[in-house]
Amino acid sequence: MTKKYWFIIFLFLTGIYACEKELIENFTGFQKPSNFPEPVYRLNDNIITKERFELGRKLFYETKLSADNTISCGSCHIQTAAFTHHGHTVSHGIFDRLGTRNSPPIMNLAWNTSFMWDGGIVDLDLQAVAPITNHLEMDETMPNVLNKLRNSDQYPTLFQKAFGSSEINTTNFLKALSQFMVLCVSSNSKYDSVMRKEGNVSFTADEQEGRLIVIQKCGQCHTEPLFTDNNFRNNGLSISMINDEGRYKVTQIDSDKYKFRVPSLRNLAFTAPFMHDGRLLSLDAVLDHYISQVQNIPNLDPLLHQNGMFGISITTNERQKIIAFLNTLNDRSFLFDKRFSEP
Amino acid sequence: MKKIISLLSISAILFSSCKKDEVAEYDPNVKATLSVEFDNVAGSSDLQLNTADYTNALGQQFKVTKLKYYVSNFKLTNVDGSVYTVPQTECYFLIDESNAASHMPELSIPEGEYKSLSFVIGVDSLRNTMDVSQRTGSLDVSAAAADMYWSWNSGYIFFKIDGTSPAITAMGGVFQYHVGGFGGYSSSTVNNLRTITLDLTGRGTPKVKSGKETNIHLMVDILKALNGTTNMNFSTVAMAHSPNAGVPVANNYVNMISHDHTEN
Repeated sequence: MTKKYWFIIFLFLTGIYACEKELIENFTGFQKPSNFPEPVYRLNDNIITKERFELGRKLFYETKLSADNTISCGSCHIQTAAFTHHGHTVSHGIFDRLGTRNSPPIMNLAWNTSFMWDGGIVDLDLQAVAPITNHLEMDETMPNVLNKLRNSDQYPTLFQKAFGSSEINTTNFLKALSQFMVLCVSSNSKYDSVMRKEGNVSFTADEQEGRLIVIQKCGQCHTEPLFTDNNFRNNGLSISMINDEGRYKVTQIDSDKYKFRVPSLRNLAFTAPFMHDGRLLSLDAVLDHYISQVQNIPNLDPLLHQNGMFGISITTNERQKIIAFLNTLNDRSFLFDKRFSEP
Repeated sequence: MKKIISLLSISAILFSSCKKDEVAEYDPNVKATLSVEFDNVAGSSDLQLNTADYTNALGQQFKVTKLKYYVSNFKLTNVDGSVYTVPQTECYFLIDESNAASHMPELSIPEGEYKSLSFVIGVDSLRNTMDVSQRTGSLDVSAAAADMYWSWNSGYIFFKIDGTSPAITAMGGVFQYHVGGFGGYSSSTVNNLRTITLDLTGRGTPKVKSGKETNIHLMVDILKALNGTTNMNFSTVAMAHSPNAGVPVANNYVNMISHDHTEN
């Protein structure tokens, strides 16, 4: 091995070290990317500090949140999969109990107007209660979780540092978790760089054309820059074996049957499989669905049934360009951001 | 004549002093305690969890294993017509049959005589959508409210009655009627909030004054939650776990509470 080679490795390692140090020392709190709208999350009700964020991160990776102390939030929301459960159609909770829906990404939640595939939760601060208490997920009770934390060696001190009181209560626990989730902002894709005119980054011709096609043919639901309209829609998936009625479960309004939350198109390269039940294993399968497999089921979104035709008309050429553009929405830095990793 | 005049004046003084006393009896600027007792019964028997057998309107036998409900937003109408609303910070109570200490919420209200009482069964939509820091005490989802909260469809369960019945063949003979639903966040959904207004003049108005305890004793008849507009049939509907499914129970329990007596 040449001297030069070692030198490069040395430089590289110093670079990583410096980077890490810088990120931890220069905690900047919540930063709204300049190409994003104002966040929905009420930041004034949860003042973000380094200690609270770090406590939230520790809680996010804390297995005490589950009944048998085996799984944490991070078990089904894995950073290297952009905080989804890569490769799992639906996730399994404790004792390998199988859930019914695909684990959604912990990403840009500060802009979500509701949570879960059916929007049953509208306040991020109350979101964590659902997986913690769900029989198929962590199957724990909130009083137990707080008691386990109270009886631990570390947490009373960490809460003291974060909130000025070692008391561990519902509000502090949930708000700390929210701080971690709110800071999980993914906004460093090529698309974002182009939009923010950073450096000399520009789209290729295919990506540029792909963007226009996506805006025209997908953009009413997957709206820029977050690539979701935060709405609930029925995209024509055949009714599943378990007859998951989606949004209807929450509102019990007939016209909401089989509607699900429109997911973002960001980080698709890392978050397969797709759809609320993870039935489509690849991006190609998703495009196939919209082009030729949309089913005429009750409450099908009118956008998928125009001029007597089901689905979206996309040529082979357009399809390549769409994929080229969607690839610019992948933010690899989000996957390796040390701030979000298990401490 | 002199004698008569003096008698008259004495009686006049007496009357006026009497009247004066009456007027001075209540100071609306002083707060006093009024307790409201929620006495859970099944028809004419005191409710016994787990052990006693009851029969519904359809002749089905059952036992009650759990009974919990929220009462909130208390308002009292003074005999002079003015209305006192108990402040938001102190108006949410969870009545739990298994916890005797929860049966008698205490309200701090201005001194006075009151002719009617009103409150809500459940937790209003405003509080249901408030920041988690505003959900303490009886509304704490990690404590008192841990099993009175739907995490998957954010909102409090207003009323919960669990039990068993030989009329149910599946699920170990268990029935669970959980009623919630405050009308929805973004779309208009089922609203199971019910306001109860009770006239207190028939069975004794509370005369609330500091230094003494006044208690309004209410009877809460769980048979009326199960029977009424819809007679709940355990064999066909053993489970109610959504706002829609809870509607018939809410429409029944709006009539389950009556004023029994007042202790002044």
